[in-house]
Amino acid sequence: MSSAGMGSTSHPGETAQTEMEAARPRTLFEKIWDAHVVHRPEGRPDLLYVDLHLVHEVTSPQAFEGLRRAGRTVRQPGLTVATVDHNVPTWPRSLPVRDDVARRQIEILEKNVDEFAITFYGMDHARQGIVHVMGPELGYTQPGMTIVCGDSHTATHGAFGSLAFGIGTSQVEQVLVTQCLWMDKPRTLKVDVQGSLSLGVTAKDLILSIIGVLGVDGGRGHVIEYTGKAVRSLSMEGRMTVCNMSIEAGARAGMIAPDETTFEYVRGREYAPRGDAFESVVARWKTLVSDPGAEYDRVVTVDVSNLAPTVTWGTNPGMVVPVTGRVPDPNDAANRSDREAASNALKYMGLVPGTPMQEIPLDRVFIGSCTNARLEDLRSAAEIVRGRKVHPDVRGMVVPGSTSVKREAEREGIDRVFTDAGFEWREAGCSMCLGMNPDILGPEERCASTSNRNFEGRQGRGGRTHLVSPPMAAAAAVEGHFVDIRRWESR
Amino acid sequence: MGVQVKPFSRVTGPVAPLDRVDVDTDQIIPKQFLKRIEKTGYGDFLFYDWRFQTNGSPKPSFVLNRKEYRSAAILLTGRNFGCGSSREHAAWALCQFGIRAIIAPSFADIFQSNCFQNGLLPVTLPNKVLRFLMDQVNSAPGYRLTVDLKECLVSDEAGFEASFEIDSFRRKCLLEGLDDIGLALRHLDEIRVFEEARGLAG
Repeated sequence: MSSAGMGSTSHPGETAQTEMEAARPRTLFEKIWDAHVVHRPEGRPDLLYVDLHLVHEVTSPQAFEGLRRAGRTVRQPGLTVATVDHNVPTWPRSLPVRDDVARRQIEILEKNVDEFAITFYGMDHARQGIVHVMGPELGYTQPGMTIVCGDSHTATHGAFGSLAFGIGTSQVEQVLVTQCLWMDKPRTLKVDVQGSLSLGVTAKDLILSIIGVLGVDGGRGHVIEYTGKAVRSLSMEGRMTVCNMSIEAGARAGMIAPDETTFEYVRGREYAPRGDAFESVVARWKTLVSDPGAEYDRVVTVDVSNLAPTVTWGTNPGMVVPVTGRVPDPNDAANRSDREAASNALKYMGLVPGTPMQEIPLDRVFIGSCTNARLEDLRSAAEIVRGRKVHPDVRGMVVPGSTSVKREAEREGIDRVFTDAGFEWREAGCSMCLGMNPDILGPEERCASTSNRNFEGRQGRGGRTHLVSPPMAAAAAVEGHFVDIRRWESR
Repeated sequence: MGVQVKPFSRVTGPVAPLDRVDVDTDQIIPKQFLKRIEKTGYGDFLFYDWRFQTNGSPKPSFVLNRKEYRSAAILLTGRNFGCGSSREHAAWALCQFGIRAIIAPSFADIFQSNCFQNGLLPVTLPNKVLRFLMDQVNSAPGYRLTVDLKECLVSDEAGFEASFEIDSFRRKCLLEGLDDIGLALRHLDEIRVFEEARGLAG
């Protein structure tokens, strides 16, 4: 990493503006966008500069091959960071990767980072992890940055007040070569979250309920800024969970203005500025708020005071219901398309309308993913299972979000809480969130999962996924079915 | 200049109806095929779990397995097509199956961007028009449409016509086969100035 690395490169707000522009109140998103425009042609997308490019094994091989074929090189290796997460096995790292095709993909990335001099957190690295867990915990992710990755959950990094979004492989190649992207400026959507969450109700429930309100395409073409008391009260881990799932509402990105919680999280991290440099950068980060009077293209207000723990019943993350509720009847859907979608979903999920959510028996529980596998998530799940046993009909699996999270959890004894209860405790990676490695569901196996997508076959062909929070997943593992954690905890 | 995008100007061909909303990229190309390091060879895996039994034999009822749709050039589908994962493999799989244009009321952002990178045309038409076209396809298997990017027009042989809107920059890129990298490299001086202002070596 060059000394001019990530910590000192982001200068949002310092780009020259005309007086009129400076006078106009701007949203957080507009400030970051404006500060990264390299070229603005008339009637065309802007050419936007990228501060941090995260790379993983699955969406990069064809991009690097494109570079080689064209005789090009990586423009800013110092702004590029790579790891392996999607298809790495979660069994002990001392064992070989048995899947030949997956192993080849990992080896190709090892070769590419070597050839193009890119910082790499490989399978055996002490800081390896899911790219969206690793980036923040190493301090690469900082307020005001533009961050991209060939992965839709890049939205996670918006929790720091950065503009972070997923891109395809062609765009990965474009960023490698030019450090820029042609981007149409998205519209802005403010989601104002009022009220306070009840005990046992988490950031996961908050975002699942918001997706339920917006629908899986409600955020399409927009960048969401989450505001309001309930969001301000969240830890950085909780904010990452919220921003992570912005894509599940169809949004290009999700972001939360940085505050003391953010600065304290970033302070002291390996790639964050230190000492006086940190204090001066914080002064700049404090300007990263939407100005009073700034206009959004849309505003949606929700109140989470009475929000119940939330569970998905169908095959997309917008198909949600309170855990106290029942499987909905497709006939109640607003229109024909939604009715058919609900019908297809129930058929796939093997569910009957009217069934209480708490009576649905489970086969598997997965605690992991870039949404919910940080230390705070594992702690909150461990508190639920401490001194209890996983239900005999359930197989429970815990996959830490990064090797650092795993190590820290083991230091705290969290691993033993899980293993004593009968959970499997595994190595870090994406694992059963998308089932690219050997961790998958069997046909018709039903899983309570802390991940982000309940699409058909996502966790294994024919597998049935219900998205929940970590404590909800933990309690479901103990009981063998969903429970209302608010009542269960006080039992 | 580097690799250029395959230009697109006009396509006429059979239309396959996939009458579902929110079709996600996990369905378009399931995870197990993302381990490959090539850009080609994905056509056989398009909609794999919907299209094939677990033993690999085709499901006769799935639209793309039906005789009249096997050579489909245009896919007709519901809102928010391509939601979910950013995997460009979804666009590759559609292209390599032979799909040249997709007509839907809306497309997920990342998927739409991936289409443009691969010369695959996403055509946005209002739901009312889409329902009309669904009825046409369902009542006349073998129904063909022409999608003309120059004229921004979808039409059939019976006189149906609907114009569509598309970003003028993307339209030009598709018509001329311009690639994003080549276009960005024309602005290297500005990129350098931007980097120098931030203390980054070019």
